[in-house]
Amino acid sequence: MTEVTLVQAVSMALARAMEEDENVVLLGEDVGVNGGVFRATKGLQKKFGSERVIDTPLAEAAIAGVAVGMAAQGLRPVAEFQFMGFSYPGLDQIICHASRLRNRTRGRLSCPIVYRAPYGGGIHGPEHHSESTEALYAHIPGLRVVIPSSPVRAYGLLLAAIRDPDPVIFLEPKRIYRAVKQDVEDDGEALPLDLCFTLRDGDDVTLVTWGAAVKETLAAAETLDSRYDIDAAVIDVATLTPLDMDTILASVEKTGRCVIVHEAPSTGGFGAEIAARLAERGLLSLLSPIERVTGYDVVPPGARTEHRYLINEDRIIAAARRAVFFPEAPTEQDHTMEDA
Amino acid sequence: MADEKIPYTQYLQADGSVVGNLPEFAEDQELVLALYRHMNRARRFDTKAVAMQRTGRLPTFPPALGQEAFHVGFASAMSADDILFPTYRDGPAQMVRGVQLEELLLFTAGDERGSDFQVPRCDFPQAIPIATQTAHAVGAAYAMKLRGEKSVAVTTIGDGGSSKGDFYEAMNFAGVWQAPVIFLINNNGWAISTPRDRQSAAPTLAQKGDAVGVPGQQVDGNDVLAVYHVVSEAIAAARSGKGPALIEALTHRLTDHSTADDASRYRDADLLSEQWKEEPMIRLRTYLSNQGWWGKEDEESMLTELDQEIERAVENFEASDAPEAAAMFDYMYAELPADLMAQRAEVIAAHGHEGDGS
Ligand SMILES: Cc1ncc(C[n+]2csc(CCOP(=O)(O)OP(=O)(O)O)c2C)c(N)n1
Ligand SMILES: [Mg+2]
Repeated sequence: MTEVTLVQAVSMALARAMEEDENVVLLGEDVGVNGGVFRATKGLQKKFGSERVIDTPLAEAAIAGVAVGMAAQGLRPVAEFQFMGFSYPGLDQIICHASRLRNRTRGRLSCPIVYRAPYGGGIHGPEHHSESTEALYAHIPGLRVVIPSSPVRAYGLLLAAIRDPDPVIFLEPKRIYRAVKQDVEDDGEALPLDLCFTLRDGDDVTLVTWGAAVKETLAAAETLDSRYDIDAAVIDVATLTPLDMDTILASVEKTGRCVIVHEAPSTGGFGAEIAARLAERGLLSLLSPIERVTGYDVVPPGARTEHRYLINEDRIIAAARRAVFFPEAPTEQDHTMEDA
Repeated sequence: MADEKIPYTQYLQADGSVVGNLPEFAEDQELVLALYRHMNRARRFDTKAVAMQRTGRLPTFPPALGQEAFHVGFASAMSADDILFPTYRDGPAQMVRGVQLEELLLFTAGDERGSDFQVPRCDFPQAIPIATQTAHAVGAAYAMKLRGEKSVAVTTIGDGGSSKGDFYEAMNFAGVWQAPVIFLINNNGWAISTPRDRQSAAPTLAQKGDAVGVPGQQVDGNDVLAVYHVVSEAIAAARSGKGPALIEALTHRLTDHSTADDASRYRDADLLSEQWKEEPMIRLRTYLSNQGWWGKEDEESMLTELDQEIERAVENFEASDAPEAAAMFDYMYAELPADLMAQRAEVIAAHGHEGDGS
């Protein structure tokens, strides 16, 4: 066992996959000699050579597109977009080809590709470096959207994504790239895709989240327990699409309340999909309206005021208490954390 | 890197000696001294901003160290009515255009007001998604042509950016429309860690214009006189209806890609010290003193003035309040839609109304 950060777990999984399968190739801007701007591919070009760890010219449309050709030829490309905000030139190739080549050819050709990108805010990045547009990808049939929220899940889910026969958008929450270290065993064991992870059981309210927001959500669950005697379940969705709604429904059946937490803007965010499905299949177990704690419907503000946009523990606690007290308003004043 | 079919312009060699016949403006003492001052202002500001980043007073900053002749040369060749479509590397050019140091600091700090600069009102803010700005320049040039104006759009891009489809597409439109737009490539040899020769198999980037009927040429980007000259001529031609041009300036990126980068991971230290010998400021200073226009005292008083100006800008920037909490909503649409009002009220309730830095 080694104690590693989330980004180191990504490197470990990539190295493991490349060792196991000579068809796995990495490509992207600065992934080789430099080891990636976040060091996610550190040392891999030295180890596996420049033919398998490819520094490409600067062009995301071509990166996305050559991966389609490579994959159809039996390679297993893992393509990196340096930041999610720079993945959009690749959308044409991802939406028009990667996601549907299998369907177009009735299974004759397919696209076992992983498109990786660091995503989300909270690192004081310049404009366009804080995007959380996972819902754009989740809207595209034929893709998997996978988001790890811990070193263990980064390792296991990335291995699963690389071995998966279909295209995966693998979004790495860069705010927690180095937030914690965990023991990760480099045993080549993948974790299951298409399943939520229940990080905490609870009877009073179900908190549903993914990505970096898992951190604040878990902290909120602790505070809800210690300060308010509210027993919150925490579910890390992990694979947004295809969605494991059963796990969420089972928890809400027990708690009767659901708070969905995500960093992305509210309108058309993936939380809306979960809320809609709860309304369709879980309405009768609900004791209170579904709450969403999300980013606002605005361009992510620049570094100077970004903290006002990012979701925080306070907002999650307040929403959970509203749900639990419904139809009454929570009596005791919500505690407030120091404004960052 | 020069190619026989592609013109290459240089007047000042690395040691300050002159090759060929200098253009007339090189005798214009006031103009050339202004170029020199702008270059120094850029470098002093750059050094300050990097130091501020290192001490936690600014987030990531992309220095332009070594590329001042490019930025100052082309921006000085533009007239006030021309429009610049810059990248994150073009702060020094924006400074020449009239953007205030304090505004550049605000932009770097992630304060949107830094892109609402008071001068020049029509210039675009720095484009961070690479190559996207090139199409904007063509669109603006089309509009200016349609209205019969004589203004020219100028856009910049890096050697790395020139690999992106947007760049070819924009040049192709400009060629078809004969739009008054100048495409400038700042070929500083690197796109973060990717060297120029891994970016394109073409011997020059200037020849990329050939395929779309846009004339291309190279210039020594360390020679401010050469840059000023070729860009002035291209702008004059575009202004008189002769259509677009592509200019590849050969520069060196004498430091890391940005303060978040560490070039020692991928760049040979010997190469860097060779490149320092071609640095743009010393050769210009040599030219100035050979002309008898510049001495040690001039240099000292200029640097003192510049540093004072920079310190004042830093003080003002650091004394500024953060934007109001509601500001993130207030510029999303011309008018705040009813659907956003509740969210806006929530943010004000949590963070207060005033720009109090919270
Ligand atoms: C579309 C896009 N992809 C990736 C990036 C990340 N990125 C920022 S600068 C850079 C390298 C650019 O190199 P070059 O065009 O040569 O300009 P330079 O930075 O050298 O001035 C990269 C890859 C980006 N900003 N936009
Ligand atoms: Mg470059």
